Amino acid sequence: MANTNMEIENNQDKIVLKMENIHKRFGHLEVLEGIDLTVKHGEVISIIGPSGSGKSTLLRCATFLESIDKGEIVYLDKKAVTTSNSGKVIYSPKAEMKEIKQYFGLVFQQFNLFPHWSVLQNVMDAPLKVLKRDKKEVEAEARVLLERMGLADKADSYPCNLSGGQQQRVAIARALAMKPEILFFDEPTSALDPELTIEVLKIIRKLAEEKMTMVIVTHEMSFARAVSNRVIFMDGGFIVEQGDPEQVFGNPSRDRTKQFLKSYSEQA
Amino acid sequence: MTFPTMLMTMASGMLRTILLFILTLLGSIPFGMLVVACKKSKFKPLAWLTEIYIAIMRGTPLMLQLLVWYFGPAYLFGWKVGKFSIFGLEYRFIALLIGFVLNYAAYFAEIYRSGIDSMPVGQYEAAEILGYSKPQTFFGIILPQVVKRVLPAVTNEVITLVKDTSLASILTYEEVFSLAKQISASQTSFLPFVVAGVFYFIANYVVAWIMKALEKSMQYYK
Ligand SMILES: Nc1ncnc2c1ncn2[C@@H]1O[C@H](COP(=O)(O)OP(=O)(O)O)[C@@H](O)[C@H]1O
Ligand SMILES: [Mg+2]
Repeated sequence: MANTNMEIENNQDKIVLKMENIHKRFGHLEVLEGIDLTVKHGEVISIIGPSGSGKSTLLRCATFLESIDKGEIVYLDKKAVTTSNSGKVIYSPKAEMKEIKQYFGLVFQQFNLFPHWSVLQNVMDAPLKVLKRDKKEVEAEARVLLERMGLADKADSYPCNLSGGQQQRVAIARALAMKPEILFFDEPTSALDPELTIEVLKIIRKLAEEKMTMVIVTHEMSFARAVSNRVIFMDGGFIVEQGDPEQVFGNPSRDRTKQFLKSYSEQA
Repeated sequence: MTFPTMLMTMASGMLRTILLFILTLLGSIPFGMLVVACKKSKFKPLAWLTEIYIAIMRGTPLMLQLLVWYFGPAYLFGWKVGKFSIFGLEYRFIALLIGFVLNYAAYFAEIYRSGIDSMPVGQYEAAEILGYSKPQTFFGIILPQVVKRVLPAVTNEVITLVKDTSLASILTYEEVFSLAKQISASQTSFLPFVVAGVFYFIANYVVAWIMKALEKSMQYYK
């Protein structure tokens, strides 16, 4: 018993992702101006902020969909990107990047399911083709995942016959099937109607209870407040404020955060 | 000439038409993919050359292209193509195939390209995040969806090809249209043209039916 407790504690200190001094430009537009982000094992972090503040870009840099212009990214014990003293950004060799890419998953706002495959194929294909795992095992796991997502009866359906909420849950199952150490969400419910939003948020909340490490960009303020260990408020490419959700939402220290939260509660 | 005799004579032309049609498709549909790959190549000279090739193929009449392929070697290089043959095929037929395949590949390439370009970037990004390699992404995820997207445009092209095979008569390839002309002249009869017309019509009907069935087989998803 003592041993397992120790392990859990050790795990909680484990740093899954460390991003340091991340800079990103699109042409002359500075989108990220020195972002630091450290995510520990089991942490759930919500990122909020006005549209255009660089939230998506930060996730896209973390997942290498965009390259960075300066900074460092480390996943667990593996350095993915460093910047030399002369300012040259160096990504790790391809083989190493391939391993690092298996540490994370990303759930998109627009789901991006593969429409020509059934739900089950969507969940199974990457473990089969990318990880080259055994088919029986993968299928058994995929069915368990779909069950957890409340989609057991949809295994043979095609994405076009599902509601947006169901599609997003398939996308979450597809990401989880790769057994990522950390899962990123970019506004997972922004394309959904309110009723469908609830069913997706429920699933994410369940994952949080199971101690899945997650970074969630969201506009669902009460969800962020309830689910996360830490809330980050971004504006204009900077992290303006971060901390315990009760503090950030209940007693924000920066005027910009207050303004943003006020404009949000007025909208709602 | 009795009607059955005439039909029998024209049947050989029908077979030649069908042969040209099938060989052109077998060549141009895959070759069109190679052309897209070249056009999208990062090696710029290759991409430009491919663009020029497509522009010429689409910008000049197929009939003219056929004449160039047949007479070009003799006029330009003094080659005696009349005696030249591969696998027992005379050069006349080879020139026809080159002309048809290269011409149709250019059209197919443009159709494939527009299909590929219409794919949402999210499909590539999802594949990238899941760790698929570039070939896995293209052949497993992108290409099957592109096939569905381009099928209607490909159908149009295939139906045009059925009719375009008649251009082969310029190189006195005795397909159904050439034979219709010959028999009509020798028998002073309009009937051969009616037979040819009915043949093309039925051929296109069959093609349209096959393509519809193919489209249907992909309608299980949107
Ligand atoms: N690929 C791109 N090219 C040029 N500008 C971009 C690109 N992606 C994002 N931007 C710009 O970067 C800024 C931040 O965008 P984004 O990260 O999407 O913000 P958020 O997700 O917080 O709404 C915006 O001004 C946006 O227009
Ligand atoms: Mg965004």
